[in-house]
Amino acid sequence: MADAGMLRFHVPEPEVRPGGTPDFSNVTLAEAGSVPRPDIDVDPRTIRDMAFSIIRVLNRNGEAVGPWAGLLSSEELLEGLRNMMTLRTFDARMQMAQRQGKTSFYMQHLGEEAVSCAFRKALKPGDMNFPTYRQAGLLIADGYPMVTMMNQIYSNEADPLKGRQLPIMYSSKEHGFFSISGNLATQYIQAVGWAMASAISNDSRIAAAWIGDGSTAESDFHSALVFASTYKAPVVLNVVNNQWAISTFQGIARGGSGTFAARGLGFGIPSLRVDGNDYLAVHAVAKWAAERARSNLGPTLVEYVTYRAGAHSSSDDPSAYRPKTESDAWPLGDPVMRLKNHLIKLGVWSDERHAQAEAEILDTVIAAQKEAESHGTLHAGGKPSTREMFEGVFAEMPPHLRRQRQQAGV
Amino acid sequence: MPRRTMIEAIRDAMDVSMERDSKVVVFGEDVGFFGGVFRVTHGLQAKYGKSRCFDAPINESGIVGSAIGMAAYGLKPCVEIQFADYMYPAYDQLTQEAARLRYRSNGDFTCPIVVRMPTGGGIFGGQTHSQSPEALFTHVSGLKTVVPSNPHDAKGLLIAAIEDPDPVIFLEPKRLYNGPFDGHHDRPVTPWSKHELGEVADGHYTVPLGKAAIRRAGSDVTVLAYGTMVYVAQAAAEETGIDAEIIDLRTLLPLDLDTIVASVKKTGRCVVVHEATLTSGFGAELSALVQENCFYHLEAPVARVAGWDTPYPHAQEWEYFPGPARVGRALVETMEA
Repeated sequence: MADAGMLRFHVPEPEVRPGGTPDFSNVTLAEAGSVPRPDIDVDPRTIRDMAFSIIRVLNRNGEAVGPWAGLLSSEELLEGLRNMMTLRTFDARMQMAQRQGKTSFYMQHLGEEAVSCAFRKALKPGDMNFPTYRQAGLLIADGYPMVTMMNQIYSNEADPLKGRQLPIMYSSKEHGFFSISGNLATQYIQAVGWAMASAISNDSRIAAAWIGDGSTAESDFHSALVFASTYKAPVVLNVVNNQWAISTFQGIARGGSGTFAARGLGFGIPSLRVDGNDYLAVHAVAKWAAERARSNLGPTLVEYVTYRAGAHSSSDDPSAYRPKTESDAWPLGDPVMRLKNHLIKLGVWSDERHAQAEAEILDTVIAAQKEAESHGTLHAGGKPSTREMFEGVFAEMPPHLRRQRQQAGV
Repeated sequence: MPRRTMIEAIRDAMDVSMERDSKVVVFGEDVGFFGGVFRVTHGLQAKYGKSRCFDAPINESGIVGSAIGMAAYGLKPCVEIQFADYMYPAYDQLTQEAARLRYRSNGDFTCPIVVRMPTGGGIFGGQTHSQSPEALFTHVSGLKTVVPSNPHDAKGLLIAAIEDPDPVIFLEPKRLYNGPFDGHHDRPVTPWSKHELGEVADGHYTVPLGKAAIRRAGSDVTVLAYGTMVYVAQAAAEETGIDAEIIDLRTLLPLDLDTIVASVKKTGRCVVVHEATLTSGFGAELSALVQENCFYHLEAPVARVAGWDTPYPHAQEWEYFPGPARVGRALVETMEA
């Protein structure tokens, strides 16, 4: 056998770095309406191609086309647009509040608003999301009070989590939003367990698991897929591929795999890929996967292809690792603009009404912010009691914690 | 009263709990059809069905992570990690998720799970079938840690753990599964049927978490022990003739500090014994607490007898395992100090 020579170590690199011209020519996009919509009881083996394609509904002209179109009324779409705009405005105000020192930390959803806002509308009351820190649209779209979200962000006296959690790590059982953890991917397998429990209990509720592209590399992603596959758990396994994990491009987590959706195929899980900036497509695919779960047909893996247009967090500066104008070049555009254009095309919306809605939403968010700030911000005004620090570690406070609370003088 | 082995007692605890509460589910590797590699779950699947007792993929993080999700839903999972040595892949889920869920969500979500794991050495288990990782759990706020030493306690403590509203790590000394063991590996082992603590009542009863038991009343020195070391300490007391008061802690967290302090204030001396490695082991916490709470009553330094600070070896089993000779020496030295 011939000597193959020295081995060479391979480290994937993004196409472009700061100073370069953004280039997404390698992103292949199926035409809107071109991907078929199989029955929910389809044999997973016959739709393997769907893990490598991309389901899209809105075309370049803002028209909804193909077999995944036609599920939402104009009213529902207008509500979706308002939810996305609200999330974007909420983000901008909270990002600014962080810069003003009113809180320590914030994470925006810029460019990803369609994913969580549209997904929420495919669920029923009682279903449970196991979100990451970038799915607040699930709360906005479910009518969770913005003031309560802000109270949590400010860690003030009205914070439902009593100042114990980092900003944006919300929790609301009532709104089907599982307590967010800082530890990545842990929620993915927990969602599968919740779904298993629902099946064990002969319930009709389903779970939705959420993870980002980078965190699919965590071992709990694998755990979740194994368990979901083994027990046919009623869960929708969502992967939000926004191309970036802080500074690390998605190729580091994806490696040689064609897509993140393709990861599901090895587990025998039907796996779809969808345009994450297309509100209609996200909703249609979410509904398909939710119906599969509800019909006892088992899990579905869905990859939402989107782009993290903002910084990773308030502590991050993306210009250090990617071109500043990269989000402008992103071929799937902006989810708010695309739905806006579709609604104008439908004749139920206009630039004027959009501008008016923007102003109204800003007023609403500012009013909520004022109310939240009346309860205090991180370093000023009302704050949670120091006693709260010792509560809730256990259902009943054990003797050693009582002693420590006394030592702390509270 | 019927006598049961520790295996039978633990199985009975799950049986009683599953019978009483349909929310109790049992799963883990080989736990279902086969009934567990130590037979602890034998018969449960046949009795309660595959929805209540089932086999899991070999994935500890998956077992604990899915149990946390089930608990968030409203079930009460009692899961098994085949050996405590293999809990490490689940450590993230146990320490960052199960332990923190109530606190971080302000009670919005809770985690009433029990994670059973066979622990301890003395069985020629080598490096990965002998470890005692309790200190890695007691250091985590939000977890309760239990180590029974006999069938009666094992059943009562496990039922209490399953009914507890918070996550409980339930460490089962596998050396004690079939009978008490005092470290005399060269002598025949007596089965639980010959031991009074092998008496296990039928039906439901609990042994409360956070309460120690005095196994041998004495006036010379207090011995703090748990699991297999309770019997080693008893043998050491008999063989040295030292009138030791032996406290079986049973629950490491929450700890029964009152019983410990009352005993040491009476005896003025204290020896802490555990199988786990010495440095930063749970004995360090016990020693510190005794020193803080009993300083003016102490007549000798608090002594610790523990596993050496090495991985658990195979051939050197009995040189590693803190047997009655080593514990006896510590008792004598503490009395002479």
